[in-house]
Amino acid sequence: MSKFTDFAKQRREGTKMVPVPSVSIMPERDLGRAPALECLHLGIDFGGLKAVDDFNITVGRTEICGLIGPNGAGKTTVFNLLTKVYQPTRGTIMVDGRDTAGLDPARVNRLGVARTFQNIRLFNTLTVEENVAVGLHNQHHCGMATSILRLPHHWKSEKYYHERALELLDIFDMAGLADHEAGSLPYGAQRRLEIVRALATNPKLLLLDEPAAGMNPSETAELMENIVKIRDQFQIAIMLIEHDMNLVMNICEGICVLNFGKIIAKGTPEEIQQNDAVIEAYLGKQKEVEA
Amino acid sequence: MGIKALKPQTRSTIITYAIVIVAFFAVTVLDGMGFISNSLSGQLVPICAYVSLAVSLNLVVGVSGELSLGHAGFMSVGAFTGVVAAGCLTRMGVESEILLFVAAAVIGAVAAGIIGFLVGIPVMRLRGDYLAIVTLAFGEIIKNLLNNFYIGVDDAGLHFSMTDSSSLGMTQGAILINGPKGAVGIDKISTFALGILLVLITVAVVLNLMHSRDGRAIMAVRDNRIAAESVGINVTKYRLMAFTVASALAGAAGVLYAMNYSTITPSQFDFNQSILILVYVVLGGMGNISGSIVSAAFLTVLPEVLRPINNYRMLIYAVVLILVMVVPNTKIYQRLADAVRSKLRREPKVPVAAAEGGEADE
Repeated sequence: MSKFTDFAKQRREGTKMVPVPSVSIMPERDLGRAPALECLHLGIDFGGLKAVDDFNITVGRTEICGLIGPNGAGKTTVFNLLTKVYQPTRGTIMVDGRDTAGLDPARVNRLGVARTFQNIRLFNTLTVEENVAVGLHNQHHCGMATSILRLPHHWKSEKYYHERALELLDIFDMAGLADHEAGSLPYGAQRRLEIVRALATNPKLLLLDEPAAGMNPSETAELMENIVKIRDQFQIAIMLIEHDMNLVMNICEGICVLNFGKIIAKGTPEEIQQNDAVIEAYLGKQKEVEA
Repeated sequence: MGIKALKPQTRSTIITYAIVIVAFFAVTVLDGMGFISNSLSGQLVPICAYVSLAVSLNLVVGVSGELSLGHAGFMSVGAFTGVVAAGCLTRMGVESEILLFVAAAVIGAVAAGIIGFLVGIPVMRLRGDYLAIVTLAFGEIIKNLLNNFYIGVDDAGLHFSMTDSSSLGMTQGAILINGPKGAVGIDKISTFALGILLVLITVAVVLNLMHSRDGRAIMAVRDNRIAAESVGINVTKYRLMAFTVASALAGAAGVLYAMNYSTITPSQFDFNQSILILVYVVLGGMGNISGSIVSAAFLTVLPEVLRPINNYRMLIYAVVLILVMVVPNTKIYQRLADAVRSKLRREPKVPVAAAEGGEADE
């Protein structure tokens, strides 16, 4: 751990001298503390293709940040880099002031990054409650021998997992579904369960990959409320990929637009809506339209 | 009411233990009344051993989701270590058969567990077919290594050689393991009661592990490795844990198996043996512990029951195997099973969100 903190100190001192381009529009909110996420010159190559290149971003500790861009822009690749599903070719990722170089996805999660997946990845044969309990894995410990011998500590642990899981499920009013198999849930509920499972790992940064995909307008509205509620209640940073512009423009404080693996614009929702480069990426050049 | 009101998990646990205990009393009573033939009562201990093996392999194949084809290898490690341990203890003057068996089983389990752990370190870097092939190879390696082991015990202690029995240099004492001839002169101390006890312990270890923090992690890795990593689970650790525990349990079952015969040879623990255990697991259902118990017992008894029609018994055995695999996938069977299930269980509640979220299904 000390290796990380030393490194973090150096990094923080470094960033004082070199201002990092940031989408954080409320830096005063977490003044004097390391940001939840800081990426410097992050990049990955797939063969000759620079899937993501020179990706710089800072996400404040309680910021809701949107990552948008046309299909194939590299948004999910960024999430996979942040969670170390892919090892970056270049650049640094700092989570809560700690460098994540050389860590595997499990360790990155323990540092405080949790995520959901674009194509839902639940533990389908486990129940809803067990899914959340797996998320709580590192929040409470109970050794193998203790479990096999059913020592008192095992029962205490099971009680903790049970109560905490129900508490977390209550955020989305899902406590009633606790005993259902996760794979049997309807689509919207599966998406919500993924968020609850991610929250169970007690993250500092929550990455949501298209949380509103496949949801109808009323479900999306409810989701928007819940995302803000989660931020306020857990005091965490949330970064989300979403194609639903209504959701992005309404709840994101900072937005980062990606095209062909590069950031083409960063700013507040208002700024992004006026940005020529963004309009061009989404709609094409004016000239081409005329021609 | 009663059993129906319990959680599905608790209910299946109770049923699993009940199957074993009821089977024990049924067989004891029937044996006492003379209803069990000699050839069948000779199979009682092997049945217990196979049930333990099937349950422990289910931990790897069903619960952890890895195809292991070397289970007989770990069984043999346990068997031969147990025989050596029992031989040494007898020489040291331990006379109580139960104590001897328990000590041998514990030592056999520990040895097989250690070997399982060591084999698991490189093997758990692999997945799927590759893992299956490498475990198959390890099973064969263990068998061939044991073919070259010569171990004897005398007053000076243990003697070990890999050339032949004469190079052990013993004038008195006993040769415990004699290369390809295997272990000879084993005390037949396994009993049906001890076998049932081992089955109960194996079932308890596997079920308690399954329904705990670590078991959930193991099943999470099986269901979705990437998602498991994303919630901070050390995937290799939990695959290795399942593999090691299963190996140790196979070792104990190996001791039970060996102590039922006066002679065992390494060639008994070959690839066919591993496949046989795998068949029990697949037939009983992956991850279904009570299924493994029933199928292992049934398929061990079947050839014995069919002994009168000697020429056709393996043919019938094969046909039964195929039928058991095919029939559950037919529509008629599924409809019947659904009907029975809905009678037995309380009505499953429809998820509340189903109505509103249904149209979003993709």
